[in-house]
Amino acid sequence: MKELLAFVRRRVSGDYEVDEFGYDPELTDTVLLELLRPLYRHWFRVETSGLEHVPADGALIVANHSGTLPLDALMLQVCLHDEAHRAVRLLAADLVYRLPTLSHLSRKFGHTLACPEDADRLLRKGELVGVFPEGFKGVGKPFTHRYRLQRFGRGGFVSTAMRAGVPIVPCAIVGAEEIYPKIGDFTLLARMLGLPYLPMTPFFPWLGAFGLIPLPSKWLIEFGEPIKTTPSDADDPMTVFNLTDQVRETLQHQLDALRERRGPAFHR
Amino acid sequence: MTHTVLVTGVGRHIGARVAAVLAADPGIRVIGVDTVPPTSPERDGRDGGAQLRDSLEFVHVDLRSPDITRVIAACDIDTVVHMSLLSGPALSRSAMKEHNVIGTLQLLAACQRSDTVRRVVVRSSTVVYGSSPLDPAVFTESSEPAEPPTSGYGKDTVEVEGFVRGFARRRPDVAVTTLRFANLMGPGVDSPLTRFFTQPVLPTVLGFDPRLQFIHEDDAVEVLRRTATEDHPGTFNAAGDGVLLLSQCVRRAGRPTLPVPGPAFRLLGELARGLDQVDYSPEQVALMSHGRAVDSSRLVAELGWTFAYDTAAAYADFLRSRGLTSNLPLAVVDALAGLVR
Repeated sequence: MKELLAFVRRRVSGDYEVDEFGYDPELTDTVLLELLRPLYRHWFRVETSGLEHVPADGALIVANHSGTLPLDALMLQVCLHDEAHRAVRLLAADLVYRLPTLSHLSRKFGHTLACPEDADRLLRKGELVGVFPEGFKGVGKPFTHRYRLQRFGRGGFVSTAMRAGVPIVPCAIVGAEEIYPKIGDFTLLARMLGLPYLPMTPFFPWLGAFGLIPLPSKWLIEFGEPIKTTPSDADDPMTVFNLTDQVRETLQHQLDALRERRGPAFHR
Repeated sequence: MTHTVLVTGVGRHIGARVAAVLAADPGIRVIGVDTVPPTSPERDGRDGGAQLRDSLEFVHVDLRSPDITRVIAACDIDTVVHMSLLSGPALSRSAMKEHNVIGTLQLLAACQRSDTVRRVVVRSSTVVYGSSPLDPAVFTESSEPAEPPTSGYGKDTVEVEGFVRGFARRRPDVAVTTLRFANLMGPGVDSPLTRFFTQPVLPTVLGFDPRLQFIHEDDAVEVLRRTATEDHPGTFNAAGDGVLLLSQCVRRAGRPTLPVPGPAFRLLGELARGLDQVDYSPEQVALMSHGRAVDSSRLVAELGWTFAYDTAAAYADFLRSRGLTSNLPLAVVDALAGLVR
């Protein structure tokens, strides 16, 4: 109770710190993570492995992206906070920063715009940066394409990691594909609203807000062995391309093995 | 050897302070130009306003006219500190643009013709970076803004910097320093932003909470003094360390806010502009939505000196000096906490 009062007092008086990206650790730990934890523990029953591969200082976590809504990113944040005691700094699409409310909440929760400058700055400060190179192509892919990695942009994330001289940690997330199985897309309406897609699932929009309840699939998150990078090759397109390919391939293998290990999505 | 420094914009607070601090150095002769004489000294007690008027040679010059050429030629000026960019909204837009852009052109033309000018310092602003959701979180001097400012003060500043770069190319023998200052904050600062924070109710853009950055006026004066007395060629950001969110600013001030949707915010601004109170130009709306932060480490490394105030301390000093220390919401929380205990 005393703690709660002190917290409220600090919030009301503005007596807390945010970093230059707008990250508010207090708000993130006391509000966001508290809200997400039941989902992480009891709804998706997330199990993690390979935590020993998460370095103690700067590193780039490269994960697959899926699930129509980016809950996988938030679950990764809970995972790294609770199991590895690290605050991951996620890179988000510019759409997030155009939208009211989401734009400032996203910054307060430690995310920033996916651009080389921001990623570089965070990595050089020794932060753990999380990136989803598939972007909208990954998170918005139809259910029939589940667990198939999409194209990895132009590999910008690889050259950023190389320049900063930090390792790349591939991270496979299994389970997010089944939370909102996307079986269709309201393309025209999405375009009118300026959104990359507007999904149709077996429950959305038919059941209205109830359709937004994610299905309770079983999740596994696995961190793979870090891939070392050297700053000297960052400007060589061939090296960058090859390394991007290597990361993608490693992640696809990891994803297939992890999916096998999990078995059926809605078992137990 | 004595230096002769020309300071433009001495009619305003920060210009007067820089002129005063330079004039306090016995080796420096200061010539101040502006369309109005230096501000009356009540607020600048610590600088000694009377003393300023004695040590400063004030020349009434409208920068838009070529008179400045004669001043520079007649006085053997070796250093020019250009601080007269206006951010509005006191002048009409066309007058402001003419003052900023034509004024700078005249000044630089005069400098270019001069054989004595060895150093030029220009007070620019971080508004040149604009403010958009597509920008990196922290600008360095080499960052390219995603959406450069297209109107008002921001556009003027971008144009002025362009002229300054052109001048630096044509006169490589002159050390040219461009300083991009964040919003000034401090006891004597009277800017659209300080006026914004002293309103009884603060309108904010609904759904946005921008990162803001301030530089304390004392630090700004010191940066200008150092760059006016030593060669530090280049372009530098100047902002106090760290950021404050607008929500933090209003909470620290204990002020009520009125969140209004973006378009309504602009409309409100049009109304307020009539009252000549606060600046709600499109750039200001963008800043109040997306915020802006810059990295000043290059300046700190160049000068070998660190700011006395970070962003939060500069803001705290501003609040203290304006007596904005009563915090009603906090008092309510404390009263409730007292009941619970």
